[in-house]
Amino acid sequence: MVQQAESYKVLSGRIKLPYQWTVGATGSKFFTELRDHKKIWGTKCPECKKVFVPPRKTCGTCFVDMGEWVELRPTGRLETFTVVHYHEPALHGMEPPFVYGIIKLDGADTGIAHYIGEVKDLESVKSGSRVEAVFREQREGSILDIKYFRLIG
Amino acid sequence: MERVAIIGVGQTKYERQKTEDSFADLVYEATTKAMADAEITIEEIDNVVTISNDFWDGRTISSMAVMDAAGAANKNASTVEGDGTFGALYGLMRILSGSYRTTLVVAHSKSSMGSLPIITNSMFDPIYYRSVGLDGISSAGLQARRYMDKYLVTEEDCALVSIKNHHNAKANPYAQLATELTVEDVMSSRALAEPIKLWDASPISDGAAAIILACENRAKKSAKKPAWVKGVGYCADAYYLGDRDLAEMDALSTAAKKAYSMAGITEPFKEIDVVELYDAFSYQELMWMEGLGFCDRGKAAKLVQEGVTQRQGSLAVNPSGGVLSAHPVLTAGLARLAETALQLRGEAEERQVEGAKTALAHGMNGSCGQGHCVWVLSQ
Repeated sequence: MVQQAESYKVLSGRIKLPYQWTVGATGSKFFTELRDHKKIWGTKCPECKKVFVPPRKTCGTCFVDMGEWVELRPTGRLETFTVVHYHEPALHGMEPPFVYGIIKLDGADTGIAHYIGEVKDLESVKSGSRVEAVFREQREGSILDIKYFRLIG
Repeated sequence: MERVAIIGVGQTKYERQKTEDSFADLVYEATTKAMADAEITIEEIDNVVTISNDFWDGRTISSMAVMDAAGAANKNASTVEGDGTFGALYGLMRILSGSYRTTLVVAHSKSSMGSLPIITNSMFDPIYYRSVGLDGISSAGLQARRYMDKYLVTEEDCALVSIKNHHNAKANPYAQLATELTVEDVMSSRALAEPIKLWDASPISDGAAAIILACENRAKKSAKKPAWVKGVGYCADAYYLGDRDLAEMDALSTAAKKAYSMAGITEPFKEIDVVELYDAFSYQELMWMEGLGFCDRGKAAKLVQEGVTQRQGSLAVNPSGGVLSAHPVLTAGLARLAETALQLRGEAEERQVEGAKTALAHGMNGSCGQGHCVWVLSQ
């Protein structure tokens, strides 16, 4: 007779998988400009005239190529935000409580999701707040070359 | 169009961690329960759709690991990687193709095994989004804030959804979190990603669900009252969060209109008796009610305040306790379909909505409700 297990076993492991993601020509230009010149560029749809940041090659709504590049200022408006109170070391570059926001840069029609940094008073963060990008000193060509956005004015 | 019905349903109990059951054990339990419910043998099931996600299962081709447990030996079996409502849609299409009479659709989930933040972070684009560290909860915080700002919805409004659904769960033997809460309990619970607090969020859950779909001829001979599929609609919105106004849900509105058009529904609030929708967070029940056209934008909170969405109300929403009371990822949408079938049969026991004749089941995929699938069913 098989004896009933006294407790049920759970095996532990860790899935590690080296991987690479091709950024493509459009994203490469964006990251290169960010790294070398601290400039944020978007792409503009020839049909609906929307400016997409971060940029991509195709407008999903009009389903056409977006060949035109538009340089944006590093300032914009906070569309929405959340104050995060838990810590996941594998993901978070800040200690809780910290703020994530979606920022619509001046001249852009889409938002960028990023950290909101240098927040002294969490109550001061409001939807609609003006923000500006703060760039890292050491930039390597990734979205984290923007360290965070900070409140202005 | 050929008529198709749900003729059998099965669910495991949803729990925080089901250590007694492997993935395959969960699938076997849900499958055999659905077969027993339909009084059907495995020989009569002529094809199988499984639902799983490789990241959540910690392996590749996770579908292949559960084929034996789904009774798929020597059958045409295929898989959907997405919410259970989309798997059921695939099953429905197979019957509508005319090649199949009975489709088993089974979904399983063990959210307890992995890291929810890391796995849900992986749904985001690795080039522009993932390294910022957003996950399922923090992205929902961004959406909740945007919706509440735009439509002046309060945290107390959202708390009422949590209170209702956790109360409803007490009548559902499959639910995981069944309890009586007060507004104060919800408001003072631990903040996760403001305005979302612990009691605004669905739990980590393990479990499985299965349904059996049948063509009209077979459904007419079924042991239980068939729950007829009257209409289905599905639609997806933009992938990048920043491309969308997160307070809006155009994809859901489009999906709902398609389903209503097929079902001949013109006034959903009046014509639908019971709704099971994918409330991964309390604010989502309000948003999805509006997207489903039950009321104008920003007005769902009022319906909740007035008790309209309680089990005894004129539009019962999530009488099972909803996803807030058990959130087996992927499985949750199929559970919504199973629950509506029970309601239409009048066999939902303590959670039965009296006189339920027309029901709506809703599932979603992706971050902040990117994709939606809406089903209208009737007696």
